[in-house]
Amino acid sequence: MMRGLWKLTWIEIKVFLREPMGAFGTILFPVIIFLVVGRVVGRRMDPSALASSSFIRVGWPVIVSLIIVISTVLSLVTIISIYREGGILKRLRATPLRPQTILTAHVIVKLLLTAATMVLLVLAGKRYYPTGVQLHFVSFTVALVISTCAILSIGFLIASMVPTARFAQPIGAAILYPMLTISGLFFPLAVLPPFLRAVSRVLPTTYAVSLLDGMWVGDPWFAHVGDLAALAIAFAVCIALSAKVFRWE
Amino acid sequence: MSVFETLPLPTTTHPVIRVSGVRKTYGTTVAVDDVSFDVNDGEIFGLIGPNGAGKTTTMECIEGLRRPDRGAISVLGMDPVRDVYQLQDRIGVQLQQAQLQKRIKVWEAVDLWASLYKKKTVDANRLLDQLGLTEKRNSWFMNLSGGQKQRLFIALALINDPEVVFLDELTTGLDPQARRAIWDLVRGIRERGKTVFLTTHLMEEAERLCDRVAIIEHGRIIDIDSPENLVKRHCPERSVVLATQHPSAAEHFRAIPHVQEVVGNELHLTIRGCGDNLVTDVIRCLSANQIAVSDFRTVLPNLEDVFLKLTGHSIRD
Repeated sequence: MMRGLWKLTWIEIKVFLREPMGAFGTILFPVIIFLVVGRVVGRRMDPSALASSSFIRVGWPVIVSLIIVISTVLSLVTIISIYREGGILKRLRATPLRPQTILTAHVIVKLLLTAATMVLLVLAGKRYYPTGVQLHFVSFTVALVISTCAILSIGFLIASMVPTARFAQPIGAAILYPMLTISGLFFPLAVLPPFLRAVSRVLPTTYAVSLLDGMWVGDPWFAHVGDLAALAIAFAVCIALSAKVFRWE
Repeated sequence: MSVFETLPLPTTTHPVIRVSGVRKTYGTTVAVDDVSFDVNDGEIFGLIGPNGAGKTTTMECIEGLRRPDRGAISVLGMDPVRDVYQLQDRIGVQLQQAQLQKRIKVWEAVDLWASLYKKKTVDANRLLDQLGLTEKRNSWFMNLSGGQKQRLFIALALINDPEVVFLDELTTGLDPQARRAIWDLVRGIRERGKTVFLTTHLMEEAERLCDRVAIIEHGRIIDIDSPENLVKRHCPERSVVLATQHPSAAEHFRAIPHVQEVVGNELHLTIRGCGDNLVTDVIRCLSANQIAVSDFRTVLPNLEDVFLKLTGHSIRD
């Protein structure tokens, strides 16, 4: 059933890296931004203040990770709609390749690219984190993969419905970035007006932020069962919906 | 109980594709209506008609890419909707206006396709060589010419050594030279014992390549036969165009049986009639009456004329 999956995944990675902006835009650019901001902020703080600043310690890594996730999801939305418009999806379908294999390959590519960016960020960021600060990379990475899957499923839903490839990126961005804004990522949910707070409660991104915040500071997993359940439900609903409305051409 | 039990048994060859009463609509538009035909083992079968006639829809129903609203299709004894993956393993498909990833290399595409099939695939390097793509094996898809892209799509359609090959508007957009090269390739596919099902809106292509053609318009099949038989059946007219100084030539020609009209100007006379004997009769008349000619050619109707006659308009309209 998964015949061709690894070969297709490998080819998609190579094709992506051959894009003029491919590797730079999604992998190096976030790292550079991270380094620049780290340098600017780092110069103004003495090391002890740095270690205790909750923004640098907790907020900033989570913001950077989620923005990477969103940009990978947006690139998935764009690629799927370009492939649909160009007849590439249809051509792949006229083989024994299963539709789910094609989509799985794209998800794996995106997860691998996200992971690569995160590893680079961690390596680049190490110098700003004085020894002694407890970091929880493994559980944070697992939490990030889970969050990515939930947000990718929203991406698939958007990709299933955008009319043309030209609108894929702007429509995706117009949906995902506002979602992120009211998810407690940049400011606490408490400052939101009641209406927006209610909206934020049904957004999967809110639970992703809560989960990632918790994992970064070393919360135990059972403290975030609610977040995990919410992300799983969002994933199931979005995948089921996009399976219904997805167009191959 | 199969629908096909009521159909007459084929006499000489057995059909690899049987289409019976297929109908497909998109919303309120009827794309294909009550289409039935058989494609025999080892032949090149062409579905010809203008753009929008329902050629691609019919083909994609047979390939298992679309589900017909009504009717039955059998390909190599399989149901294209139910057995789509088994079917895909045994057929080769070239789609109209398909693309690949812009920056995929030629060898990567062939290698990927080769990995998708359960059955043994053909030697990829030899296939690229046969299609004249060896030099381009490291080129990106986006940098190939139109003819090279089409040859790559033929390679992808042949990689699994398929029993039936589907080619949809294979040479559209190619220059005449590339078109001729592709025709030779398609004849080569048949010589290897495969069945070819193709669509085209180019009558010359159908006439040169196909053993049998089905003419389709507005989603309905108008007639099916070999190009020669279609011309014979629908356009028995023959014309002879000649140039002569002989003052009473026209009268002599009018006296020939089966000649319907003789028209012309000072230089050329056109003699229209029907039947295979017309040309011989004209030559006999020339010799009997000692009419000297400085030009002599025959104009035979072709599929283009058949189409015009059957539909009342040219295929290019």
